[in-house]
Amino acid sequence: MVTTVSTKPGGAVSTGTKSIQIGGTGRRPTGGNGSRGGAQPPGGGGDGRQRAFRDVAPQQYRIGMWLALSAILMMFAALSSAYVFRSTRAQQNWQAFSVPALLWVSTALILASSATFEVARRALRRGAQTVYRRWLLTSFGLGFGFLVAQLLAWRSLVGQGIYLATNPHSSFFYLLTGLHALHLVGGIIGLGYLMLRARRDAAAAAGTRDAAADQRARVDAIGLYWHFMDGLWVYLFALLFLWR
Amino acid sequence: MGRALGVLIWLLTFGSVWLFVNGRWWLPPYISEHGPAYDRQFMITIIVVGVSFVAAQVGLGWAVWRYGAKGDRRERAVYSHGNNRLEIVWTAITALIFITLGLMGQRVWAQLHLNKAPADATRVHVVAQQFQWNFHYPGADKTFGRTDPTLVKDSELNFVGLDEQHPNAKDDQVVTTLAVPVGRPVELTLESKDVTHDLFVPELRYKQDVVPGMAIKMHFTLTEEGRFELACAELCGQLHYKMKSYLIALPATVYDELMTLPQAQFQGRITQLIKEYPLGIKNRATAGQQGATATASR
Amino acid sequence: MEEATTPIEPSAPASTTSEAVAADEAASHAAAAHETHGHHGPPTGFIRKYIFSIDHKVIGIQYLLLAIFAAFVGMFMSVLMRLNLTWPGRKWTILETLFPLGAPGGVMTPEFYLSLVTMHGTIMVFFVLTTAPQGGFGNYFLPIQVGAEDMAFPVLNMLSFWVTLVGLVVLIAAIFVEGSTILGNTDFVNNFLGGGGTGTLGPIGGWTGYPPLSALGKMAGPGQGAGATLWITSIAIFCVASLLGALNFITTLLNMRTRGMTLMRMPLTCWSWFTTAILALLAFPVLLAAGILLLLDRHAGTSFFIPGGLVFSDAVLPNKGGSPILWQHLFWFFGHPEVYIAILPGMGATSHILSTFARKPVFGYRAMVFAMFAIGLLGFFVWGHHMFISGMDPRTSIAFSVLTLSIGVPSAIKTFNWLGTLWGAKIRFTVPMMFAIGFVSLFVAGGITGLVLGQTSLDLFIHDGYFVLAHFHLVMGVAAIFGMFAGVYFWFPKMFGRMMSERLGQLHFWPTFIGVYGIFVPMHIMGIVGMPRRYASFEEYDFLRPLDPLVMFVTIAAIVTAAAQFIFLYNFIWSIFKGERASGNPWEATTLEWVTPTTPPPHDNFGGQIPTVYRGPYEFAVPDAPEDYILQTTPDASEGNSTTTGAGQSTTQGVRGSSGNGHNGQH
Repeated sequence: MVTTVSTKPGGAVSTGTKSIQIGGTGRRPTGGNGSRGGAQPPGGGGDGRQRAFRDVAPQQYRIGMWLALSAILMMFAALSSAYVFRSTRAQQNWQAFSVPALLWVSTALILASSATFEVARRALRRGAQTVYRRWLLTSFGLGFGFLVAQLLAWRSLVGQGIYLATNPHSSFFYLLTGLHALHLVGGIIGLGYLMLRARRDAAAAAGTRDAAADQRARVDAIGLYWHFMDGLWVYLFALLFLWR
Repeated sequence: MGRALGVLIWLLTFGSVWLFVNGRWWLPPYISEHGPAYDRQFMITIIVVGVSFVAAQVGLGWAVWRYGAKGDRRERAVYSHGNNRLEIVWTAITALIFITLGLMGQRVWAQLHLNKAPADATRVHVVAQQFQWNFHYPGADKTFGRTDPTLVKDSELNFVGLDEQHPNAKDDQVVTTLAVPVGRPVELTLESKDVTHDLFVPELRYKQDVVPGMAIKMHFTLTEEGRFELACAELCGQLHYKMKSYLIALPATVYDELMTLPQAQFQGRITQLIKEYPLGIKNRATAGQQGATATASR
Repeated sequence: MEEATTPIEPSAPASTTSEAVAADEAASHAAAAHETHGHHGPPTGFIRKYIFSIDHKVIGIQYLLLAIFAAFVGMFMSVLMRLNLTWPGRKWTILETLFPLGAPGGVMTPEFYLSLVTMHGTIMVFFVLTTAPQGGFGNYFLPIQVGAEDMAFPVLNMLSFWVTLVGLVVLIAAIFVEGSTILGNTDFVNNFLGGGGTGTLGPIGGWTGYPPLSALGKMAGPGQGAGATLWITSIAIFCVASLLGALNFITTLLNMRTRGMTLMRMPLTCWSWFTTAILALLAFPVLLAAGILLLLDRHAGTSFFIPGGLVFSDAVLPNKGGSPILWQHLFWFFGHPEVYIAILPGMGATSHILSTFARKPVFGYRAMVFAMFAIGLLGFFVWGHHMFISGMDPRTSIAFSVLTLSIGVPSAIKTFNWLGTLWGAKIRFTVPMMFAIGFVSLFVAGGITGLVLGQTSLDLFIHDGYFVLAHFHLVMGVAAIFGMFAGVYFWFPKMFGRMMSERLGQLHFWPTFIGVYGIFVPMHIMGIVGMPRRYASFEEYDFLRPLDPLVMFVTIAAIVTAAAQFIFLYNFIWSIFKGERASGNPWEATTLEWVTPTTPPPHDNFGGQIPTVYRGPYEFAVPDAPEDYILQTTPDASEGNSTTTGAGQSTTQGVRGSSGNGHNGQH
């Protein structure tokens, strides 16, 4: 096993050395922009495994979540552009209905749940596990409340005779709120998962720093998702009722 | 092995080129004003494409022929990671050629699509349906009668939903053949009753989707008399391949005469014209000439 | 052996103590990982090991086998189509047995032909071209080539394969639901899936599924009922699977590279999988959104794509204001990047293999990386060139057209660099090399006609005809498949521990290479004469008569080519069991997949000892090196590493202290 640890960054020393060595440039390759063969010390390279096997997992939760969010974002971007495209070509039948009052309630709920989640997350950073659990539960409840409010808003619209197929605006309304709610259910499951693990994680985190980092990474990743759902809702709300 | 592969690449290259230059198969003769410009652009592009194709394949074949490893495995290849200058030159040259070609390739399009048809253009209303073309002519008054989808009754042959009571509808004609005059600008308004179709006459050098919910306009001016096959070029259902009609390009006088005919005689006259005009360009002399220039420029 | 210089002990029997230590280390490593991270130790039991495996290597092979199966299904369909085009109305008794509804009396119905068109396209694009190069090879080799023990999210990886499989099953079901004698119960089909058809097989809307044809159910045509519903569902399922895969690929590549594996030292294959994963991550959600809208239009009475005033059987539909063009925008926003999703991994594999067998570094590595990214990026801004004549604003078309032609520039750079790689080479003509060279030839042949198709003006005639059919089949179909073949022949020894038969491989290559030229070059000519796509028969049109001999020629070429693929299938299966045992690095290649301690690699790829990378991926023909290749893991002599034995490279020539660091003075 090679154990050479070089702390020197790749290009620091002996620039332009012409000495002959393996893979080096005794004879320079003829120009070009290749990935050079010259063996460089493995200092600057991929920040992967050997750096510390431990670091990999927490980081990849976050990267994975960012990527998942970008995919979700693309889907909603596609639907938004369809919405805009459709609204400009709607001819006679684009009848936007006014904002159901309940949506203001649900907006307040989801904003609040985002805030409480942030409180929980910061509590965890301080190591205040009990506070973290309490606020996590609050966020979970608020998120659930949001879903209930959304459902009631749907019911009130149905009561007014506005269905999925009534007009393009109502179609988009049900579609976008429905898809958002579906994604939010995923977030709620995530919060539930954190709650279920909270005590076990707390015990582990008290034991090792690695476990604590793991727990933070999990909370961060799910937190990203949760805040994203919040932001997404505000965006959809604005799109559905302020656009035009 | 390497030599054989090199030779094969060359053979395939020249076989491919032969298919393009043997003169047996090519674009059908054109019949519209934008035809020559289209064919010129097509030819320029094919030449650029052909030259690049041959150059790349011959180069590939040669490299494969020349640089095979001999028995001695210790012999080394040239140690090179590339050549930036060559790379930049090459990139600049291709960018220049491709972009120029791209800009040139907008001319015919712009001429057809960015200009409107003149106000006095001959107008025909095209209504496509599975799997039939309907052509609605305004008649002598040059004004279309009202149409309404709710009035469509295929069983009573009212394919376009023409409102018979409408004052402008009296002299309107609806048939399944497209007749247009030569030498005058023609504007078609394309609509579909059900799914997306596409109006395509090869000799016309024009394809245009017929999209339900839209009234798309296309205009052109014909230069040759004759009768030509008109096809649907957008998948529209199981009998897509049979959705066929004809474009009859008539001398202006014949066309004007046709438009004055009463409904009873119109269909009969169209049938008669289909017989009168065999498929293809009617004036053989022009057609021959055009073929000759096409071959020459090839 | 060169391998002796690698930081890891190769499979050669080492001293028992070191082996024991390594095993110990690996075990404790895995155990520790298991506790805290859910990293997995080697599974036991057949099901955990080969079926519901979370080992990226097993999943890669599963993907590859799925793709090979799908490819043969798709190929079979294309041969059926050719038969119908060449001998329309002819009786094929076997067809009646196979498809009593699609070919009553043994004569293919036009709707059966169109359902073949749809299924062939969908299966090939999604379950072959998207699956094999990325899901198959990417899964197997991306972690190994960057020096990781597995994918970042192994369970997600397993899930993405199984979701893909569900997608394929649903898609194939789409062929059989309508008026089916196999499911038997037509009522179920009618009630739950939106209505059976009148005895066709599969949806007939083409793989592009343009509404309203695909949005109106069976009203618009046979096969557009339950079959089309399943078809859309299958695509939606596939979208989810691809997203899971893409997420995994990117995370793995960003986060799990080994020490020393800088981005610019990654093999070009990794770059291609990386770019492809980014494209998939951004493109598939859009298709998913479009699919959801289409399903709602079909089953919930909405009007996203269905305009007002449509008339069927003299009755006006209640829909209002939808836009068929909206679907085309969404579809092609996905569809064009999809083309690159299919071809980019082929480019990566080709670059990799060309360099290996040319015994020469890749010409212009950086340019290759940038070109790949440029192609990927531009790919998101050219979707409109599929829609020039769709009725969208003609000014938009001009913008799309010019952007489209500019994609030719990075493509040309790649071609130039491939030729540059071969220049001055010492080519070893192995089967993978033959296919890689074939890839370059076909990529040029197919890609260059993009210059014709990308021009708005010329599209006025050649749009939606055989010219474009030839173009995209050559590029994203055949060239991409040549990339896959090259990959299979190249990596097979690593994947299965045995060599594929070289002789059978050559026997496969020659007819295939000649055959695909024979199929697709004449199709350009058909397009120039004006032959439209997706016609069940050309009998109706006089202007297509002169093409009859070409149609016949193409069909014969297609049958020969298809037949040659069975040589491959035989070789593949035979070699798994009977092939000559492969050594760890049979091709004398340089990248990390060739330094694994065993072949095939152990469960954690490197036996618990992650390699360290010291140099770029294509160090061939380095002057003064003992061999004509240097592994990425070979440390530099000047590092003073005493493990560099056997290869005689320990002499540091020139004046250089330990601080020399092997820097070559070029960065």
